[in-house]
Amino acid sequence: MSLHHLDYLDELESESIHIFREVAGQFEKPALLFSGGKDSIVLVHLALKAFRPGKFPFPLVHIDTGHNFPEALEFRDLLVQRIDEKLVVRKVEDTIRERKLTEQKGKFASRNQLQTYTLLDTIEEFGFDACIGGARRDEEKARAKERIFSVRDEFGQWDPKRQRPELWSTYNGKINKGENVRVFPISNWTELDIWNYIRREKIDLPSIYFAHEREVVEYEGQFVAVSEFIRIDDTDIISRRKVRYRTVGDMTCTAAVASEADTIDGIISEIIATKTSERGETRIDDKVSEAAMEDRKKNGYF
Amino acid sequence: MDILRFITAGSVDDGKSTLIGRLLFDSKSIMVDQLEAIERQTKNREDGEIDLALLTDGLRAEREQGITIDVAYKYFSTPKRKFIIADAPGHIQYTRNMVTGASNSDLIIILIDARNGVVEQTRRHSIIASLLNMPQVVVAVNKMDLVDYSQDVYNNIVIEYAELARALNLNDVSYIPISALKGDNIVDKSSALSWYEGESLLHLLENVKVEKAINLDKARFPVQYVIRPQTGELHDYRGYAGKITSGIFRKGDAVTVLPSGLHSVIKEIEIDGGRLTDEAFAPQSVVLHLEDDIDISRGDVIVPLSDVPETTSELEVLLCWMDSKPLVAGNKYLLQVNSTRVRSVIKDIEFRLDVNSLERHPAPEKVGLNDIIKAVIKTSQPVVHDTYKALRASGGAILIDETSNVTVGACMIQ
Repeated sequence: MSLHHLDYLDELESESIHIFREVAGQFEKPALLFSGGKDSIVLVHLALKAFRPGKFPFPLVHIDTGHNFPEALEFRDLLVQRIDEKLVVRKVEDTIRERKLTEQKGKFASRNQLQTYTLLDTIEEFGFDACIGGARRDEEKARAKERIFSVRDEFGQWDPKRQRPELWSTYNGKINKGENVRVFPISNWTELDIWNYIRREKIDLPSIYFAHEREVVEYEGQFVAVSEFIRIDDTDIISRRKVRYRTVGDMTCTAAVASEADTIDGIISEIIATKTSERGETRIDDKVSEAAMEDRKKNGYF
Repeated sequence: MDILRFITAGSVDDGKSTLIGRLLFDSKSIMVDQLEAIERQTKNREDGEIDLALLTDGLRAEREQGITIDVAYKYFSTPKRKFIIADAPGHIQYTRNMVTGASNSDLIIILIDARNGVVEQTRRHSIIASLLNMPQVVVAVNKMDLVDYSQDVYNNIVIEYAELARALNLNDVSYIPISALKGDNIVDKSSALSWYEGESLLHLLENVKVEKAINLDKARFPVQYVIRPQTGELHDYRGYAGKITSGIFRKGDAVTVLPSGLHSVIKEIEIDGGRLTDEAFAPQSVVLHLEDDIDISRGDVIVPLSDVPETTSELEVLLCWMDSKPLVAGNKYLLQVNSTRVRSVIKDIEFRLDVNSLERHPAPEKVGLNDIIKAVIKTSQPVVHDTYKALRASGGAILIDETSNVTVGACMIQ
């Protein structure tokens, strides 16, 4: 193999850095949507490579549903402190109060749908013209069809039939006032690529990604952490299990997986062996309908 | 381990989605829950086999109509390679999506239905592959199970396609008889096709030498962004951030900055957010520092003094029109090559290329969606470029409608 040949992780990394710099070059008011999950932590790592020793040309923005894992919040604050960048937090709770929105009811009442309101309000408040997110195309079939620069109208809506052709690595970020572009620098990474990169780059993650003991409720084959945000019924059986999180979203809609893996190597072995997809195993919110993600995206969701 | 990006193209019902589903399924990239989801959707199939095509038909409209309406990207890995598949629709009105998918691919799989042989769509897709300089073509003759695995049928298709490939200057073509539905010759060699002496499709994809569109001879560095911290000890720091689109840059190289034409020398190359290196190559993203303090901004291109590309304000292009609104000669569009964006006007339309026959229709009255034309574009400022044939990374341009902001055309600079 030639000396001038990039390993696949290097090629993916370079592509992502290129996308970050296109955002910096094409937009006036970008933002990086930071969820606290591993994908957005990898985004921050890539942004450091893209812009250091300069500052990020954007703040990190966290749309806080109020249903976070405390470990993820703690990690977020430490990370922001370490990299010395700006963090904007907007709370879904405030949007619910101000806009008199109705909260979901039920066992795992989630604010997943409502956070779109807070996101759109935040975009308007700051006039963000580009929002960088950590979505990957391997996650879900609607995402598999979305462009790297994905134009949203003023309601944040995605129209799959009116996507711009995206050629070579030439990105068209031209928009009208009021519109914004969602940018996905790690579109071409898979879950396993992310984990291999985390291992190679020695990227820190919140502790809940590693196996730990926790009180969980078993629900339709998934383990949901016992917390103040979910309703415990008399019929529920609470058990203490060794689990880890494969994705980190809200406590209400993210399930844990039984695991003994307390190192990155262990996690990677488990992921290689698993027979269930990332979202299928850990997301309670995707099961609502076949087109759950497509519908949410059309409504302004990431 | 490296990456192979490929595109699959074929007519409607050639079984493209089934082929991709099969590659994912047989390489064990499909998870149980995803399989269960498509099993739930597989309606009234008499043979009881799951419909692998459903794996790639992501949108509701597609599932309802049983068609593919947009490029879908799929991923799978073997211990040898990571694969990125662009699944481009074969439907006639979606040719632009194929151009889109092909623009980022190193290899194209053209599917031919063994029962139909080379048809209009095959020609169209092959012409597009040729216009986009696809380094490698794999012709997969599918549905061999429906022609009793006949060697004669296969051989006739190979002869017919070879003629087309010659006419189009597609030099690197491989042929494989397959059945995506039955899994013949996809991962393992099929006993039903024992007369076929070549390798299975996956084996070929794993081992094909990736003639990447990346060229290591001609060094080009479009500046995307200038890093200027302007603080304390970094007061004088000025780094040019970008991706090397082709070639190799070394510390100490004499360079020219285009379009200004000013000369300097590479003082430092940073990679990985601060690590210094003596050389860097495509497609690495780096930060360059020059010896001289010259005015450089986004859109400028740094090249070696010894190999300077053209910088002109008139471009001869092959243009694929991608918008539902027709092209209006004399209208102004933004033209973007990598990070350079300038105003432009389409001056002359020489001919329209019939993508079914390669016939040239001079001075067409109307240019609409999916038309491919030869045109001359005049730009407001000189544009640094290479010919698409010589250097894909700096010979491709997009056209943007200034009023709708939509990408309306793909240009291959001649």
